[in-house]
Amino acid sequence: MTRTTQLLVGTRKGAWVWRDDGRRGDWRVEGPLFLGQIVNHFVQDPRDAKVQLIAAKTGHLGPTVFRSLDGGETWAEATRPPAFPAGEAKARAVSHSFWLEPGHASEPGVWWAGASPPGLFVSEDNGATWDSVAGFNDHPMYDAWVPSEAGTPDGPLLNQILIDPRDSAHMYLATSTGGVFESLDRAASWAPLNKGVEASFLPDPYPEYGQDAHYIAFAPGRPDRLWQQNHCGVYRLDRPGETWERIGKAMPAEIGDIGFTITPHPRDPNTAWIFPMDGTDVWPRTSPGGRPAVYRTTDAGATWTRLDRGFPGEQAWFTVKRQAFCADDGAPAGLYLGTTSGEVWMSPDEGESWRAIGAHLPEIYSVAAAPAP
Amino acid sequence: MIRVLAPSQLHAYTGGESRLTAQGATVGEVLADLDRRFPGLRFRVIDEQDRVRRHMRIFVGARETRDIAAPLADGEEVLIFGALSGG
Repeated sequence: MTRTTQLLVGTRKGAWVWRDDGRRGDWRVEGPLFLGQIVNHFVQDPRDAKVQLIAAKTGHLGPTVFRSLDGGETWAEATRPPAFPAGEAKARAVSHSFWLEPGHASEPGVWWAGASPPGLFVSEDNGATWDSVAGFNDHPMYDAWVPSEAGTPDGPLLNQILIDPRDSAHMYLATSTGGVFESLDRAASWAPLNKGVEASFLPDPYPEYGQDAHYIAFAPGRPDRLWQQNHCGVYRLDRPGETWERIGKAMPAEIGDIGFTITPHPRDPNTAWIFPMDGTDVWPRTSPGGRPAVYRTTDAGATWTRLDRGFPGEQAWFTVKRQAFCADDGAPAGLYLGTTSGEVWMSPDEGESWRAIGAHLPEIYSVAAAPAP
Repeated sequence: MIRVLAPSQLHAYTGGESRLTAQGATVGEVLADLDRRFPGLRFRVIDEQDRVRRHMRIFVGARETRDIAAPLADGEEVLIFGALSGG
């Protein structure tokens, strides 16, 4: 039995969809969708494959969410996109929505969104209307946790939302200026969760908050295990522990453990992949030495193996952004990544070999693998 | 009645029309009228705190305004432009 896999690809100038032949062999591309729109995230609902959401804005126009309820055949715009309360004292305005997270399996129609400036928003109607989540956005510590003057070149981010598959009230956030936060009451209250995580750019390099959490991920099947690719290295946290372990220390010194993203294996909680970038000196954020490679651990971060077969062996300077590296749930797992140079690469064998299935796109911001509806 | 010039960036909302007419005594009222007919248009030009977005420009005749409370006289023209916003 074959099953069509599709890749939802968001770029700086629109979105594209790749579909395979059911065997991850021959890939065909369709698009563009929303040409010229800055697409930070393009996601299909695992609870209902007909539902897809796109977080978009343009250089001129403000942010919005596009939504499809028929597997991408037709699209409409959110009637009330993510926005801070009108007239609020802080006078914040959403610059762009950055992350879209389908809600818990027990809450069909619920979606969460993370934005810049850091903001958490929720929709109860498949993304048609969105509300500001006061538990985070109006938290008394908001200005200290996620200061507006800090952040990425595109502004400070609430860049990720995770929901515990066992408990819809148990959530994690990743931010670019405060690190990771945890809620046990469905976003009503939050606490920092950054012990052991370095912030080399602050006077206190191990603060309670202030870290730059590029990407966090559950180990599927073991949601007490969290992986984190931070601005300052690769970490793992096994709950109920509260101190992250810097597993990136086991990476080769000449490569380092700086990067934007980490992808967990769909079944093996000890396996994950990273795509390191050059974080030395002036932070080129390129493939180290111009030789792109994925590194894989199969022992929870104790050791790492370089996987570069198929990638250029020299003079290739791309990197991979936060949402642009993912796995499917096949056996063996397929891996997919989109590059800053507009290429889509895939591996059918858990990273052992790689081939480009697309090129010449704008800078890629997100890649999501999902079964075709 | 107010005449409105909509930029190409808003054609997805206006059905490709650049020359529109709208009702309103202020820039904000004109945008609200346009939003009723072309849902979603206003939020992409004006943020949730009623500020003109950074890379949008609004003129009343030859006079630029960033205040949606700016008054309009009947027969005036509101011109909306996409400013320079990078490559």
